[in-house]
Amino acid sequence: MIMQKHFFILLAGCVVLSQAAVAQVAVHIEPATLHTTRPLTDQSKAAVIRDYLHAWNGLQAALEQNRPELLDADFVGIAKDRLADTIHQQRQLGIRTHYQDRSHDLQLLFYSPDGLSIELTDTVEYDVQLIDHDKVISTQRESARYLVVLAPSEVRWRVRLFQSTHD
Amino acid sequence: MRAGSSLLVSGLILVAAQLSPGQGTTMSLPKTVEAGAAFSIQNPGSGKATLYIIGTGQVLKRDVQLGETTFFPAGSLYNAGRYLAVLTQDSSTQNGSFDVVPASKPADMSFFAKPSRLPVGLHDGITGTVYVFDTYHNLISAPTPVSFELSTPSGTVQKRTLVTSEGAAWTAMDSTAQQGIDRFAARIGDVSSTRIVGQVPGDPCTLKMNARQSGQQVELITDPVRDCSGNAIPDGTIVTFTQSYKGSQSTIDQPLKRGIAQVTMQVHPGATLSVASGVVMGNQIGWAK
Repeated sequence: MIMQKHFFILLAGCVVLSQAAVAQVAVHIEPATLHTTRPLTDQSKAAVIRDYLHAWNGLQAALEQNRPELLDADFVGIAKDRLADTIHQQRQLGIRTHYQDRSHDLQLLFYSPDGLSIELTDTVEYDVQLIDHDKVISTQRESARYLVVLAPSEVRWRVRLFQSTHD
Repeated sequence: MRAGSSLLVSGLILVAAQLSPGQGTTMSLPKTVEAGAAFSIQNPGSGKATLYIIGTGQVLKRDVQLGETTFFPAGSLYNAGRYLAVLTQDSSTQNGSFDVVPASKPADMSFFAKPSRLPVGLHDGITGTVYVFDTYHNLISAPTPVSFELSTPSGTVQKRTLVTSEGAAWTAMDSTAQQGIDRFAARIGDVSSTRIVGQVPGDPCTLKMNARQSGQQVELITDPVRDCSGNAIPDGTIVTFTQSYKGSQSTIDQPLKRGIAQVTMQVHPGATLSVASGVVMGNQIGWAK
């Protein structure tokens, strides 16, 4: 059961920490610098960010349990294919990985004029735990800047591209 | 369950950072590796160990001999992203990280053109969005020139050259005055992609009918129906003829055939005849005969 809660506020400069619980995830939303002619409503912004943060839960669960089907709700296309391939590799090697996000610094970059994709960057702090045949081998805290492209689906935004970039 | 993992994670971070195998020197990692390129990692110390390369895009595991260099042939890591290297021997562990970066040469693109069909004469009516990828379908975030070109059957060409920002570029083009099939192309170096955009006539611009006696009835016939750019309105478009007489109305809907609509109807002397298509009103004729 995923107990992690993501809390976020759509205001620049605000950092909100989860009160509840367990894994505290700080989320910071930078002012959007959208390159587009298409207006993005506050409601849509909130939905994009909510669904993206939710995708981290799916990623964590799928990679930790080596279950690619847990990606279905949040990922499509190349992002889903790559994560699923990674899970298959993990299975073959007898390893699991646990990704625990600690903070997100998000900025919306691009909303395509046709409304079919939105791009954001996320500077994420996260812990990665490597487990080989149920033995914890290592845990490391990392920071990486992700480029993310989301696409609208029936009821939510799904992550279509998920790629960390070299600063 | 997650709570336990989180506490364990926090506790292990510092411990892992202090440990190093062998003689206490650190493994030598590349700072960056181009996607698909060969690379190597120098492992300090002596004895056998296990080297893990971990990322959300790929994972690798190798048995290595410490004190030697581990070579990874071309094609070992091809998905761009941050990778952790974990070298473990007995109870000691050494960590590091490096980035796999996209190849600099574009090899593929996603080109979205919308809409596939639109009326003529719309400013910024056609939009195109491009995402640029390398041969392994990694998004190339470095600025990359993209040219867009919209060509019409009449030979008119609209061109834009832009530079991608974080892997994406977009443009908007006008639909031109002439109906037909346009080719909308995006080009990045040697890579190009083309979409077909259909331009269809707009609403009728002027709608004019003529009336003449035809036996006991009146024949109403329109001039060829065109949009404001002179394109013929497609056959099948409905034209409505209306007769208004002493407060009552009767209408006949007739589709365009060969660019015109015509109908024969019984008309009361003193009636007013009018013609319309959609929201476009045509002329009126007072029938006095």
